Amino acid sequence: MARKTGENIKDLVFERTTGAFAFLVLFLAVLLFAVLLRESLPALRKFGAAFLVTGTWDPVLEKFGALPFIYGTVISSFLAILIALPLSVGAAIFINEFAPPWMKTPVSFLAELLAAIPSVIYGLWGIFVLVPVLRDVLMKPATKYLGWVPLFKGPVYGPSMLAAGVLLSIMIIPFILSVSREVLATVPQRQKEAVLSLGGTRWEMLRIVIGQHCIPGIFGATILGLGRALGETMAVTMVIGNRPEALLSLFQPGYSMAAVIANEFTEAVGDVHLSSLVLIGLILFAMTFAVNLAAKAILTKMVARASRGI
Amino acid sequence: MKKIYGVLAGVLATIVVVSFAFAADPLTINGAGATFPYPLYSKWFYEYSNANPGVRFNYQSIGSGGGIKQITAGTVNFGATDAPMTEESMKKLPGPILHIPTALGAVVPVYNLDGVPAGLKLTPDVLAGIYLGKITRWNDPKIAELNKTVTMPNADIVVAHRSDGSGTTDIFTNYLATVNTEWRAKVGRGPSVNWPVGIGGKGNEGVAGVVKQTPGAIGYVELAYAKQNRMKVASLRNKEGHFVTPTLEATSAAAAGMAKSMPDDFRVSLVDAPGKKSWPISGLTWILVYKDQKDEARGKAIVQFLKWAIRDGQKMEAALDYAALPKPVVEKVDKALRQISFRGKSLY
Repeated sequence: MARKTGENIKDLVFERTTGAFAFLVLFLAVLLFAVLLRESLPALRKFGAAFLVTGTWDPVLEKFGALPFIYGTVISSFLAILIALPLSVGAAIFINEFAPPWMKTPVSFLAELLAAIPSVIYGLWGIFVLVPVLRDVLMKPATKYLGWVPLFKGPVYGPSMLAAGVLLSIMIIPFILSVSREVLATVPQRQKEAVLSLGGTRWEMLRIVIGQHCIPGIFGATILGLGRALGETMAVTMVIGNRPEALLSLFQPGYSMAAVIANEFTEAVGDVHLSSLVLIGLILFAMTFAVNLAAKAILTKMVARASRGI
Repeated sequence: MKKIYGVLAGVLATIVVVSFAFAADPLTINGAGATFPYPLYSKWFYEYSNANPGVRFNYQSIGSGGGIKQITAGTVNFGATDAPMTEESMKKLPGPILHIPTALGAVVPVYNLDGVPAGLKLTPDVLAGIYLGKITRWNDPKIAELNKTVTMPNADIVVAHRSDGSGTTDIFTNYLATVNTEWRAKVGRGPSVNWPVGIGGKGNEGVAGVVKQTPGAIGYVELAYAKQNRMKVASLRNKEGHFVTPTLEATSAAAAGMAKSMPDDFRVSLVDAPGKKSWPISGLTWILVYKDQKDEARGKAIVQFLKWAIRDGQKMEAALDYAALPKPVVEKVDKALRQISFRGKSLY
């Protein structure tokens, strides 16, 4: 772009100003990382890489390891995606393709409303409604008849990894649902009609257009949901049971990375304790960063393949 | 355009007027720390500022650990804590500090057991056994033999504890470590510890939530919290062998029992206190002030406030479910307040 003097001074100022704003975002991310790194140095020096695989968390003896928290965050988020993905994609298809017009607006409005509820409200609802229901209706019968399966081993308390996963899934459904709906809506009407006019059923039409068009978008929606699940703090800590142990059974209490930081940061008096909490924050930061980076890479490939397919 | 300038001028004028109003404003005393005494301190600040319009308070209840950090850094005029400062953390201070006791709190075991009324009897060793995971069922003979009048249900004990670091946990674990050698060796004491068993709830409300929602659960909360939520409270055998129900009187009795052996710096634990009526899981909460004040007016205001707090302020404690300091302790605190000085001159 050729730059002339005079009138383009304004352009230049505008460009520089917006550029500074963009740079500020970058600067904040770097600063965040730097501060987390600096504050976690004492713990890094003391425990090193063993911090990642140590299962003890003892503030009295100042022995710390992040394994139970990493495990809890990963399992509860995975569980949430496992439940939320089929539910929200199914709901999105129904709302877009089958639902009568009078139903579309209220259902999608309510679904989006779910996204606006503060997480502490979800947590309270979790304690008073979800946990007792899950405990009596699902977990107790499951341990009774399927207790030999390691995933369903008792005893049943209520607050558990399962409760956290189910609550998280409810919290991320609105995100995956609304993005999936947008993605489904981008499929050209003509393509859908083409499949139908060739004698395809609705199922075949959906399979073809979704397979061709929507997989990258739905994948992106899932990553968005995963991002929310990984970092969710308040609701998780209220139902997960806050027990720093990596146990296979979904009915046993666990702990998550964000939850332990929120729980112990204010009253962490020892330097190593505080530094270990910051280190957990750094690991969480790195984890979400890696997830987003990987998602970006996969998405680029998917989009390339999808556009080649048409 | 003219309109905009008019509005701007109006806004500026308001800012100037407001800042002048603030400039003529009373002295503001900043404090930060423990959450446990926050409702009491709020009431005190309100009442005191009403009676003395020259002083205003700004208190942030960020937790005891935070209060100690802030007073160490000198960003506040006073700190507040539920656990006395350790020798190690006192070494980091720029000058000598005083622990001024302001109120007493009690931690009480609460439970959820159908068919078992409030007042379940527990001994220190049984309570420790439950929290160590050694006593796992409610009809364990060790519990049953203490409670012969009720039939203990054949149910699992679900142990609940605080997941957040807190002064409540510090008092509770300090008690268990004092009365039980195994607990002392295996777990120890602190605002957060490595619990042998149980599930964690965030805050008093989190533990209460677990206990209320889970049949067979036992937890510990602050006395005020248990009272206000009408939870079933256990009675505990104290140092002199009496079973005591937790009340404000029983908590004050614990402080009275310790009054004689109270050290001059008040950094004392009230757990397992002597006295027939003493509730054994009691603790003090303190305000932290530097002995040598840097600002004469502020220092004087703090001393005047503390003098009021240990006299008139104590009368407001019961209504808010705090236990008042017993008389011998108040007299001792009054003496300590005389040590607060500005350039060597007492501000009392």
